[in-house]
Amino acid sequence: MDLKDKLVSSFMAFENNVDVDHPIHDIRSEAIKNFEVKGFPSKKEEAWKYTSLNSLQKVDFSIFPKEENALEYHQVKKYFLHEIDTYKIVFIDGIYSSYLSETTHDGVDICLMSAALTKPMYKPVIDVYFNKVASKEESLTTLNTAFSREGAYIYIPKNKAPKKPVEIIHFATGNEATLMLQPRNLIIVEENAELQVIERHQSLTANEVLTNCVTEIFAARNAIIDYYKVQNDSSKASLIDNTYISQKDNSVVKVHTFSFGGKLTRNNLNFFQNGEHIDSTLKGVTILGEKQHVDHHTLVHHRQPNSESHQDYKGIYGEKSTGVFNGKIIVDKVAQKTNAFQQNNNVLISDKATINTKPQLEIFADDVKCSHGCTIGQLDEEAMFYLQSRGIPRKEATGLLMYAFANNVLESVRIPELKKRINKLIATKLGVRLGFDL
Amino acid sequence: MHSVPVDVEKVSPYNGKIIIDMAYTEEELKKELETKEYEYGFYTDIESDTFPKGLNEEIVIAISKKKEEPEWMTLWRLAAFKGWKEMVEPEWANIHYKKPNFQDISYYSAPNSKPKYDSLDEVDPELLDTFKRLGISIDEQKKLAGVAVDIVMDSVSVATTFKKTLAEKGIIFCSISEAIREHPELVKKYIGSVVPPKDNFYAALNSAVFSDGSFCYIPKGVRCPMELSTYFRINQAGTGQFERTLVIADEGSYVSYLEGCTAPSRDENQLHAAVVELIALDNSEIKYSTVQNWFPGDKEGKGGVFNFVTKRGLCEKGAKISWTQVETGSAITWKYPSCILKGDNSIGEFYSIAVTNNYQQADTGTKMVHIGKNTKSTIISKGISAGKSQNSYRGLVQVNSRANNARNFSQCDSLLMGNECGAHTFPYIEVKNKTAHIEHEATTSKIGEDQIFYCNQRGIDTEKAIALIVNGFSKEVLNKLPMEFAVEAQKLLEISLEGSVG
Repeated sequence: MDLKDKLVSSFMAFENNVDVDHPIHDIRSEAIKNFEVKGFPSKKEEAWKYTSLNSLQKVDFSIFPKEENALEYHQVKKYFLHEIDTYKIVFIDGIYSSYLSETTHDGVDICLMSAALTKPMYKPVIDVYFNKVASKEESLTTLNTAFSREGAYIYIPKNKAPKKPVEIIHFATGNEATLMLQPRNLIIVEENAELQVIERHQSLTANEVLTNCVTEIFAARNAIIDYYKVQNDSSKASLIDNTYISQKDNSVVKVHTFSFGGKLTRNNLNFFQNGEHIDSTLKGVTILGEKQHVDHHTLVHHRQPNSESHQDYKGIYGEKSTGVFNGKIIVDKVAQKTNAFQQNNNVLISDKATINTKPQLEIFADDVKCSHGCTIGQLDEEAMFYLQSRGIPRKEATGLLMYAFANNVLESVRIPELKKRINKLIATKLGVRLGFDL
Repeated sequence: MHSVPVDVEKVSPYNGKIIIDMAYTEEELKKELETKEYEYGFYTDIESDTFPKGLNEEIVIAISKKKEEPEWMTLWRLAAFKGWKEMVEPEWANIHYKKPNFQDISYYSAPNSKPKYDSLDEVDPELLDTFKRLGISIDEQKKLAGVAVDIVMDSVSVATTFKKTLAEKGIIFCSISEAIREHPELVKKYIGSVVPPKDNFYAALNSAVFSDGSFCYIPKGVRCPMELSTYFRINQAGTGQFERTLVIADEGSYVSYLEGCTAPSRDENQLHAAVVELIALDNSEIKYSTVQNWFPGDKEGKGGVFNFVTKRGLCEKGAKISWTQVETGSAITWKYPSCILKGDNSIGEFYSIAVTNNYQQADTGTKMVHIGKNTKSTIISKGISAGKSQNSYRGLVQVNSRANNARNFSQCDSLLMGNECGAHTFPYIEVKNKTAHIEHEATTSKIGEDQIFYCNQRGIDTEKAIALIVNGFSKEVLNKLPMEFAVEAQKLLEISLEGSVG
């Protein structure tokens, strides 16, 4: 049985475990119907031209983990941003781990999707926001919607800002030979509120894992959200990340994606600007080796006037890795005075590495400033010579230059400890010890 | 937006003239644009020898017979037709239209007075009159320095001038049907070698039913002394136009080829599916320039030509192919002049201006395929959209794993006039070699208020400033057109370019 059939038939088993009379279940039933019609996207679809899911569909993924697994903090400490205090929402094989988590209801709600979907007190919020910005057409998103039950739920009311960043971490223990996870996150930040989130998916063994994650984010007027995605998973773990962001007037949302590992990573990052004077920032650093594949698929849809968007993606591709960047900017007819910028710079450091990039502008308003730039090149030989002539070995010099190449994406990271972490990750990834503290 | 060239008038009389012509107010321009009927819309009453509508194997054989073609050509056409029957129309382009009914088109139409002429006196006077009204009369053309014209009117070559001068150099410049008869070895070797008969839906259709076109061969080491030029026209109602052009530049040769088009006004959509193949052998250079101004439809978007063209060039070692196009006409433009950079050190260039107005739709761009080492390509594309039109740039830069030191520079700029039009860019970049240097940049903007202000400050009124800026925006590409062509190009551009200032 292929994966699609298995998922569709599993839906009935899934129904036994959820409240089918809850209104949410109508959304799920609708979604599974859509997935049943559309199935997994194929390379024939323009949006999936460079990324094939065929090999994943051949794997017999276990869809519901059989038993609860526990992890000790010391086993997984290094995956947390343990230098600082944070709220934590932790899942082990898709199941919430209260032992590792630190949630709160003190003024803000940082808790679980399962609670939000079932408890009546959250119903007004769920009714307004759940599945409202996520696509009802895109097949993988609807697949997630059909199985939506668990994930992170964050609600920040007006004028509030949690004192600590929130970490959302999914561990796969490898107790199942193969595992498919479908987390569903909902994040709402009300007027003048603020939030910082770090999201991470981590497989602890070499067993095959496929995560199909959907995150919906709502930023009300004047809200500020920083969202960091750290993707440094094992070479058997695949991630399809679908993030949908709806912004209102004057809100500022920044999403940073750091892709350093994983077998196949697909980031569908969608920004919808539903107000004026909005600032949307999408930044990413990708450093790949082995046979890894990362596909960044961004969309910024300018629907109202006077807003801005900034995109900056840097990629370094080694060995047999493949990188894809497909950035789309749509400017509606009414969205006059839009400023939309997009930049994608890539370095290939191996003969077997491939980069496919497709920036795309679709503009229907005349008074706009939109640009995209895209380069593919190598490290500057003259700069390399300069460093080497001053006694810096080639390997370190390479590391330094690549660090410099990726650096401006890091500049806007607002959590210093995280920045330090990412710097270290970059240094390790590039196989160099930089002689200074990053 | 690029800096405004101050010395624009010095560049050419052509650029100078645009400025004078464009000194209208915006309102006047808008009004004029809406009311301006297609100037070249008239119909020449010459008896045509037209086939019944529809397409099947008999028609393909009949076309071939009509052209007195050898058997291998007939078989080649039939093979293409067989392939075409199994294909479906491509739908990936960003254009929307009612698909033509391929059984409702007559696949052959030729002017009746067929004998070849050696001098203009022998040409049907009505034809001559047509060209006079187009402003490109053969008399005028002959007077223009060094331009030989192979005039194609409804698919059959009627008059070829300067043929004798060219023959002295060993250059073959004739219609493709003549080439099939008289130079079968060259045609057989190269036809379909760059654009295979089953390359795509429209190329297959063209391969099966092409009625005529131009053929050009430049022998080794010869520099073609004049610009070769062909004017295409679609004349007969309800006939498709299927041109086939084959240009071969042998080792170390050079040729500049010009192609320009105007078509009469028709309410019924007309289909055009041409194929152009360029073969640049070692160290040769082909410069191919196009001005396309077919009937774009009226201001309600009614009528207009559907233009589905496959153009591709193959570069051997050290060869260079340069495409320049000014696309102002057609209701639908689907066109991607491409370069296959097969030989080491070969160069591909693409310079384009695409202007769309009213309900026109253009999806155009280029493909640069880097296969050889040290290959270079440059893409400069300028899109200007006005009215309710949609203008897309679609390009591919592909660097294969063995193409060491490949270099590409792409720039796509779009200018929007009014808020009912759209500009789109779809650049694909696929790189499999670490030594590649690829740069791509695209901008979309309108004419900046600051730019206008700057000009105003220096005593240039707004209307002139706009003209100056639009001119500057397009200049990079316009300057690539050969001088001889510039006068004609200006006439053809006038209607659309003026209107885009709004």
